[in-house]
Amino acid sequence: MSQVVHKFTRNVPSWRPRVTPVDLKKASPEQLDALQVTPSNTKVSDYVLVLAHDPETLKVRSPLFNAIMYDPGGMSRAEREIGAIGASIVNRCVYCAAVHADRHAKLEGSTEVTDRIFLAGPDAELSPRDKAILDFAIKLSLSPPEAGEAEMDALREAGLDDEEILDLILSAALFGWANRLMHVLGDPVRKEPPA
Amino acid sequence: MTDEFFEMTALATSGVAADGPAASVALHRRAVLEMTQAAEDAVLAPERPGAWSASMRAAFAVRIAMLNGNVELAERYRPRIEDQDAVPLSQPENDGAAQGLAEVVAFMDKVAAKTRDVTAGDVEGLKAAGVADGDIVRLAELNAFLAYQIRVVAGLKLMRGSK
Repeated sequence: MSQVVHKFTRNVPSWRPRVTPVDLKKASPEQLDALQVTPSNTKVSDYVLVLAHDPETLKVRSPLFNAIMYDPGGMSRAEREIGAIGASIVNRCVYCAAVHADRHAKLEGSTEVTDRIFLAGPDAELSPRDKAILDFAIKLSLSPPEAGEAEMDALREAGLDDEEILDLILSAALFGWANRLMHVLGDPVRKEPPA
Repeated sequence: MTDEFFEMTALATSGVAADGPAASVALHRRAVLEMTQAAEDAVLAPERPGAWSASMRAAFAVRIAMLNGNVELAERYRPRIEDQDAVPLSQPENDGAAQGLAEVVAFMDKVAAKTRDVTAGDVEGLKAAGVADGDIVRLAELNAFLAYQIRVVAGLKLMRGSK
């Protein structure tokens, strides 16, 4: 029996759905379209198969997600990952935090920043710029959101321009969405050791 | 063209106008904001809504906006509650018991405002109340999209106000 992971970790867990994923063999044409299943691409995660219960939303969500995290210009990809991690800490999405810490570490070639965030959360000792980004993402992610003038001033003092600030808002907000799917519809479970 | 852009929910409710501050930065991410509106249409008025009518969805949208203190967004969504039976669901003080939706309302409030505390038991509670798996996913997507929209609006409002 695999174990549910409750603590933040760098080791990306597996994700075990709490509802039954759509059976790919029985998926409707609309579901297949939203899943972007093609003869050359038939590998679909349980997570996406769960979301396929609502294909209309899935179809618009995937390109939106990619645009916010990967479109060129504005804030760097690594800094957008900090926005994602800030939200995931507030919402305690262990799975999301692990995946996006991993992406940040790969983009930066170092685990130092995300090690510090996992160790101390909102109190992590970071460069002024990373600190301002994490702090804004955390406060925007609270319910109700608590990001205000002081956090905006800190971003500007740390050198972020308008385009970068909008990208931070979008990436942190996007993970308000992603966390409420990942953390609500499934459990992060320790990967079985290879046999 | 441009005017239509600024009439989308995220722009209109945050007060970002075509001739005002934050307009040019919003246009820089035009594709993202247009997809945001498409996502709102998909969660609030889907062609196949499952167990949750457009009025119920609008009522939950108002409720969750209110739980987050976002009055502008709540008022934007309120006129979309056409079925008066759904109105009580829009009121955060109403627990949904009289509508036979106590489990659903409790789930929506918890996912919206106490996300970190959600456990497998909350999903099991919906199943025990007879909510189908697909309808659980639909509730989560509606809720999750609103979490995003609320924070985009809050952020744009800050961008409009500060310099």
